[in-house]
Amino acid sequence: MDRAAGAAPGGTFMCMSEKEQRRYSGLYTLCQADSSGKLAPGKVGELFRASQLPADTLHQIAELCGAKQLGYFGTGQFYVALKLLAAAQAGLPVRLESIKNELPLPRFSDMKEEAESHFHNHSQNSETQSHHFGLPLDSTPRAMTDRRGFRRQESSAEKKEPWSPPRSPCGSPPASPPSSHGCSLGTQRNGAEAHAAQMPGGSGWVHAQLETSSPSHSGNKPHPEHTSVGAPVERPGEQDAGMVDYADDPWRITEEQREYYTHQFKSLQPNLGALILGSVAKNFFTKSKLPILELSHIWELSDVDRDGALTLTEFCIAFHLIVARKNGYPLPETLPLTLLPRFLEKDAAPSRTANEDVFFAMSLAQQKKDPPLTETEPLIFFGETEPGLRLQNETDHQMHLSVMTLSKQDLREEPSKSVFSPKRIQVTTVQDKPPVHRSTEKPDPPPELDPHVRSRTRPRSYSSASIEEAMKKTEEPPTPPPRPQKTHSRASSLDLNKLFQQSGQGLKSGHLLPPPALPPRPMATQIPHFISGTDKSSQKAVQQPNFADFSKFQEEEENAIQAEEQNREDAGPLRTPPQKPVRRKYRTESQVLDSLQPFPSPSHPLTGSKPPQKLSSRQKKEIQTAIRKNKETNAVLTRLNSELQQQLKEVHQERVNLESQLEVLRPVAFL
Amino acid sequence: MMTMLGGEPFLLVSKQEQQNYPLYIRSVPSDSELKFHYTVHTSLDVVEEKVSAVGKVIVDQRELYLGLLYPTEDYKVYGYVTNSKVKFVIVVDSSNTSLRDNEIRSMFRKLHNSFTDVMCNPFYNPGDPIQSKVFDSMVSSMMVQTC
Repeated sequence: MDRAAGAAPGGTFMCMSEKEQRRYSGLYTLCQADSSGKLAPGKVGELFRASQLPADTLHQIAELCGAKQLGYFGTGQFYVALKLLAAAQAGLPVRLESIKNELPLPRFSDMKEEAESHFHNHSQNSETQSHHFGLPLDSTPRAMTDRRGFRRQESSAEKKEPWSPPRSPCGSPPASPPSSHGCSLGTQRNGAEAHAAQMPGGSGWVHAQLETSSPSHSGNKPHPEHTSVGAPVERPGEQDAGMVDYADDPWRITEEQREYYTHQFKSLQPNLGALILGSVAKNFFTKSKLPILELSHIWELSDVDRDGALTLTEFCIAFHLIVARKNGYPLPETLPLTLLPRFLEKDAAPSRTANEDVFFAMSLAQQKKDPPLTETEPLIFFGETEPGLRLQNETDHQMHLSVMTLSKQDLREEPSKSVFSPKRIQVTTVQDKPPVHRSTEKPDPPPELDPHVRSRTRPRSYSSASIEEAMKKTEEPPTPPPRPQKTHSRASSLDLNKLFQQSGQGLKSGHLLPPPALPPRPMATQIPHFISGTDKSSQKAVQQPNFADFSKFQEEEENAIQAEEQNREDAGPLRTPPQKPVRRKYRTESQVLDSLQPFPSPSHPLTGSKPPQKLSSRQKKEIQTAIRKNKETNAVLTRLNSELQQQLKEVHQERVNLESQLEVLRPVAFL
Repeated sequence: MMTMLGGEPFLLVSKQEQQNYPLYIRSVPSDSELKFHYTVHTSLDVVEEKVSAVGKVIVDQRELYLGLLYPTEDYKVYGYVTNSKVKFVIVVDSSNTSLRDNEIRSMFRKLHNSFTDVMCNPFYNPGDPIQSKVFDSMVSSMMVQTC
């Protein structure tokens, strides 16, 4: 072991043939980390692994060339190591002596000899590209601006990319389809993207990746345009121009890519359901070294709800576009079909949580809507939750945005969860806020995101979707928005502050009125109690003008309860008086109603009679209870709606008056 | 300053406060473009006057729309100012009588919306010329409409 010899560039260099020199210099530039000539150990490691030599051999080589001694790979060490690699591949023992002879060039997986010629030309490009692109794609150490760091990340990321066919998910095209099957994406894309992401090089890599593994291992020709990515050495092979051999749509995101993007998303924002702020995303994507103009365009394409933040889906879209752009694909003018959020969200896993629902409710209430936002009705996604995945993301925006500013409300609303389902909770919390916000929502099936409509609306309008979902079973009171949006409505804290100020005008439509928040909660919970009592009383007194809403419940038979009389009487006044007294009554009722609770409600004929099959008594009870709850909620909301309508009219009147005054004053300015 | 010179001279200008430099300029008939630039500049004075004249604290949609700034020669100038003092100016040929006030208002609203979208883009530095393709396409479609 003559380390000195290894460390002395002169000794070994003289043995390098022209070909070797060319090749090695290409590889060297590839691995070069910084100006001092030290190579990134990660990159070098990758390179070594690409040679497909056993690990101990690699260690031996590393020791021999002196890197271990020095702690890093310098020029000399690197060249010696390369020669040792060649020797090992040729079957010679790993000794310094063996490299003194003429040796074939070291072979790295998926690298053809012709690759070298490209190295020459594009070594420069590859180096730069490698640095850049690796950055955003690498996982955690976002903050690392050090190139070497990036490379290390790359290499670590690359490690995910199995160099050997068996390991590489993209490795074998046949293997990849199954892996990426979930996304119905071609394997090549899978491999391509995954590789591309980690590729230090530019586009050529992706193409290379496309064909990837199996053919790659046999050595692929570098992409004509992006050869240099000489890093090809480390890449499972490059591809010919015919990257789309697998007839894959480059605009589709494979499962693997999606996982990668998700991983990156997590590094920026641990909560997958949360949003990435614009500034954070900007810093992140700037690392990809794409021109700002292109990044701006990508942002415009991917931020579909125009809220200045990215959900997971939007992030994936943006990331995918960046990857594609890096690989040479021109940016589309509009999102390709396969990149539409609605399409993507179908694949994504539902991430809805009860919390989100609560947030939705709150955001709904807190956000104002423009009058034109009434057009957002089609945008409101209701009912179905699965397709509502997209909704989730959409509403997540508002949800989180509003959450950010309304954290207090959130905390308050959270405990409001009652015994009933979260949906019920949402309803109750919604009741606190002016239901007007949801007014424009209708229980339509989740409409597709219409870009036109979207352009007209502000993100806030989506938030109403959550409440709608909560109120699946109830009819939506078609209340108009609480007040016209005076300014460009953006779901930002600024607007919310303004909202708070405006709410001081005395409109109940103010979003977060803490006092009203609490009562409705028990109200909703008590409603069923009340209803149960009412139903029972309805048996005795069918005619209850105040129970118009409960007429449907008359069919229900309840056990006669002594408190029935009480409930009936209380129910009467409860229905008519204004909101707050009603709530109070409800509360007082709760005690009575609670006493009713113990009474096991027998199977209600209501549900039993209608359906031909016999539902279990328990099921019937539950259904009836739910129906009752929903109807109660509906009634309450209708009341709220009418009141808010009234207020709205008054405000409109005021506005008209002010405008007329303004008109009078205006001519004065025309001097 | 965002200027958009439209079809039958149709000009939209928006600018920052104090600096009053154009952020965006667009016109459909490229002839006499300089004339529109000049018109827009002169109209800025009128805009300032209007903005300062309206002393109301409450800023609502209507106040953002300044209306017809002044009809001169053969074209009319409409103004609109956002909350961030970015001004939009539209110059329309007087011969184009089909454009009503409501239409102008809707045009300003659309512009404002698109402008907000551009602003929301984290890669856009306020004060830079607007190079958003989406914005361009929106403006084009708007100008085509008025033709």
